[in-house]
Amino acid sequence: MAHASTPTFSTRLAPKAGYDLPSSRVVWAVISLSALVAIWAIAASLVGSRHLPGPGMVLGVMMREAAAGTLWSNLAITLMRVTLAFTVAMLIGAAIGIVIGSHRLADRFFDSWLVLFLNLPALVIIALCYVWLGTTELTAIVAVAINKIPNVAVQMREGARSLNRDLQEMAELYNFGRWKTLRHVTIPQLAPFFAAAARSGLALVWKIVLVVEALGGHPTGVGHQIHAAFGNYDVPTILAYALAFIVVIQIVELGILQPLQTRLNKWRR
Amino acid sequence: MAAVMEAGTPVHVRVENKTFPAVGGRGEINVLNKVSFDVAPRSFVVLTGPSGCGKSTLLNIVAGLDPDYRGTVTFGERKPRLTFIFQTPRLLPWRTIRENLTLSLPDGDPRQANIDAMLTRVGLTEAQHAYPERTSLGMQRRAALARGFLQEPDVLLMDEPFVSLDDPTAHGLRELLTQLWSSRPTTVLFVTHDRTESVMLGTRILRLAAGSANIVADEEVRLTPVERLDRGRVLAEQKRIFQD
Repeated sequence: MAHASTPTFSTRLAPKAGYDLPSSRVVWAVISLSALVAIWAIAASLVGSRHLPGPGMVLGVMMREAAAGTLWSNLAITLMRVTLAFTVAMLIGAAIGIVIGSHRLADRFFDSWLVLFLNLPALVIIALCYVWLGTTELTAIVAVAINKIPNVAVQMREGARSLNRDLQEMAELYNFGRWKTLRHVTIPQLAPFFAAAARSGLALVWKIVLVVEALGGHPTGVGHQIHAAFGNYDVPTILAYALAFIVVIQIVELGILQPLQTRLNKWRR
Repeated sequence: MAAVMEAGTPVHVRVENKTFPAVGGRGEINVLNKVSFDVAPRSFVVLTGPSGCGKSTLLNIVAGLDPDYRGTVTFGERKPRLTFIFQTPRLLPWRTIRENLTLSLPDGDPRQANIDAMLTRVGLTEAQHAYPERTSLGMQRRAALARGFLQEPDVLLMDEPFVSLDDPTAHGLRELLTQLWSSRPTTVLFVTHDRTESVMLGTRILRLAAGSANIVADEEVRLTPVERLDRGRVLAEQKRIFQD
């Protein structure tokens, strides 16, 4: 029985050594952010201008807005717009990317369209959407989604192009059928591309949502608040809203997207 | 099913010719030319020859993976259950070894009940919940063998399933294959360029020549199962068949 050789898998099941442990990453984040706040505080006290408020003042504005409820309501409405635009962009972008990535003719035909949309400035898309659709909730979602769709499509196209034909053939010879092939062969190969598109997508979408809220003349949202504060050169309010929203997005990133990506990659050696 | 098991499934190969477009797009290369042979039910036939002689192409034709040829491939009375074991293990890396075996059979199929016994036979019980890429190549090949035999195929097609392994590991896998096949003899077409492997495993050896793209020799292997484990006997038989 020569195949009863010593199993070599057990040693490789051990967790990877040498990588940053989550706790040490948190420590580093705290140290570097504290340093940034300290530099900010010193700079603000040296300049002494109301156009460069210190951390304490910004925090005070944040507390005031939170107590009044305006911070929460504006964060909520912006987060809702981000979620809707993000979902629409991911679904449509993924569908387009998979279709053109798996059909050579479609790829050839639509490649230059993609290049065009990738290079179309966000401002142009936003302006045209408001001219054509008017100031509605739908316009905000559509304008943001159109900005993001080409990125998602390009990343998912790479995923579809790199689908493993050997595994596809195996699935056919072992009679997997459509559903089983999709679930166990195709989707696991596309998932890392989808996760990467989602992470880069979230960062892009929330920034564009703020611009859309400001330019589109919406009466609500973080973008609107910042735009109004900008009219008064009210820097403390601008920073208070910006920081609050960064915190919200980081919670989504660290609490949902990163764990999802780790889960998707757990089979890799 | 049992009746078919008793009788076994023959394979009749009649390939008139098979061409590939030449590199550069001009003309065609003749890969196979008038290759005809019959495989007796439950025999272990090895197709051997130098690389590029068309043996993998021939196997793909028998598997139905390549419909673009002139000729016929038939299998006796009814449609047989064909199983292919590939040159690389082709396991789903994001599924554990056990999940790979489970997925290779339809949900609720009675053969699902054989998975535990099969894992024991190929020595993967301990590693069954590991992801393939976290095991050795030898273990992945054993999983691929297990997946193939779990199908309980009428015809089993294998394309150099033991290449790029070190000698002891490859030898162990050949013994394992012999055991699996002896306990459930099925019609096998096995492609290899390794002469010793062909003698050790096959009951019959078909040699394809490079260039001429057809069969140049058809030899019975005259070895008992016990003699196949004897390196000296295998080498002597190899010398007789290949005259080397």
